[in-house]
Amino acid sequence: MILRRELLTRIIKLLHNNTLEENIDRIPYQMRPKGYEEVSRCCVYKDRAMLKYRAMGVLGFGIDEEEDEMTSLAEYTRMAFAREQVSENPLSVMTDACSACVKVNYVVTNMCRGCVARPCEVNCNKGAIHFVNGQAQIDSAKCVNCGLCMKNCPFHAIVYIPVPCEESCPVGAISKDEHGKEHIDPEKCIYCGRCLSACPFGAVVEKSHLIEIFKAFRSEKPVVALVAPAVAGQFKTSLANIMGAIRKLGFDEVIEVAKGADVTTTNEAAEFAEKVIEQGQAFMTTSCCPSYYMLAHKHIPEVAPFVSHTRSPMYYAAEIARKQYPEATIVFVGPCVAKRKEAYADPNVDLMLSFEELGTMFVAMGVEDFTDDMAVALDGAIMPSSRGYAASEGVMGAVASALPGDYKDRIKPVVINGIDKQAIRDLRGYAKSCPGNMVEVMACEGGCVNGCNVIANPKIAARQVKELAK
Amino acid sequence: MEKLTVRICTGTLCYIMGGAELQLLGDYLPESLADKVEIRGATCLDFCNQEGKGKAPFVLVGDQLVTGATVAKVVEAIKQKLG
Repeated sequence: MILRRELLTRIIKLLHNNTLEENIDRIPYQMRPKGYEEVSRCCVYKDRAMLKYRAMGVLGFGIDEEEDEMTSLAEYTRMAFAREQVSENPLSVMTDACSACVKVNYVVTNMCRGCVARPCEVNCNKGAIHFVNGQAQIDSAKCVNCGLCMKNCPFHAIVYIPVPCEESCPVGAISKDEHGKEHIDPEKCIYCGRCLSACPFGAVVEKSHLIEIFKAFRSEKPVVALVAPAVAGQFKTSLANIMGAIRKLGFDEVIEVAKGADVTTTNEAAEFAEKVIEQGQAFMTTSCCPSYYMLAHKHIPEVAPFVSHTRSPMYYAAEIARKQYPEATIVFVGPCVAKRKEAYADPNVDLMLSFEELGTMFVAMGVEDFTDDMAVALDGAIMPSSRGYAASEGVMGAVASALPGDYKDRIKPVVINGIDKQAIRDLRGYAKSCPGNMVEVMACEGGCVNGCNVIANPKIAARQVKELAK
Repeated sequence: MEKLTVRICTGTLCYIMGGAELQLLGDYLPESLADKVEIRGATCLDFCNQEGKGKAPFVLVGDQLVTGATVAKVVEAIKQKLG
């Protein structure tokens, strides 16, 4: 989201210069000065108000945490620096930005001819259609979204209006309150981030850990970055250069999460060999995508027993980092909201930085050139296949190649590339009868390179990741 | 015949403000224009720091500056330059 990136860049510049508190309230005015013509919403005042809420998210507050509308961003900044930690739920909805699109999905347009036959009214089982001034109208209190009126109108005057966030959510976790404003149910949400990408008003906001990260930079303790393999395709340069650039931001050490993926690959291959081949379990699924993990445990209990018990690369990499640096603040640098959620639950990861935030840090802190002389030498012990985790089929390939020789042709892969409603139906079906014996599930189509926080085009990024994995 | 040079700024600011999508420009160029155009990346062209130059990402189509560049805008500028 370009608007969010501009806001992030401005805030990080001030944070870096330690002048955030004095200047943050001015940012909405700098971005939308008097006379600004290309307003994003109805007027500069609404734009400024929404920028203030978005800035609250950047400071690590949920929009629902607002108690007093007059609280300034400077005050929130003080609170952010004083707090012990960011509160847990990473997603919130800016209800004032939500346009509360429609109350029901079917709407009669002004193409209605007020015909005599009125098949819309005749076919409605709920009596939801009545005529005012010769035009049909749908009563949203009675409409149940069956769509019969649309199918029967001879002038195609009735249309289906999708609600982008609700359409994109595969588990029905986002829905309207009595005012038509959307809210996310944290019990159902699997943090896949689709609503965040789908809403054209950018109303779904993530809580950032930026303040905590800068506090960590300024503290005595070392700060370690765990960088997810998906970073390899994000910037137009080599992985070694990117790692070097991240280090230049102020981290004392940068470690590839792929090092943890080595352990995941080994353990998962062993688990597959034991459970599926030796003990005859029907199939096993991967477990490294936290969004899928939440999906299985919250919504598809019949699949849950088949999910592998192997931990994710984040878990193992954080364990390794914690052993090496027991006192450090450990920051996971990753491509999505699901990993932010996993970071809260992980015993060793302290904070999370998204790729979008990373990109804006590079700009705001003047790390311009990704040159060879600042590159960090890559860890030669890491298996190339571990760097392939970031693209769809990467995990499958890694596990398959880690199987002992006589088991290698016993693996029958099934890949679920992106969690949508159809994928959920497929998974339910697999619990009864699975066409293969190893199922890789990635919530994002194309894999982690298509996470909700990425900068680069996923197709290009996937190519770079696959090259590295060879 | 001399090719029209299109320079896409690959500075980090342009890149994160939408420039990453411009990497696909070659794929979207119509066939009739493909052999008349040379697409190159350029290190930071510095327009971002200048007043009144418009918004990132920046692309130079020949000597013409395209601001707030999208694939569609750049292709349009190329068509205009080539007549």
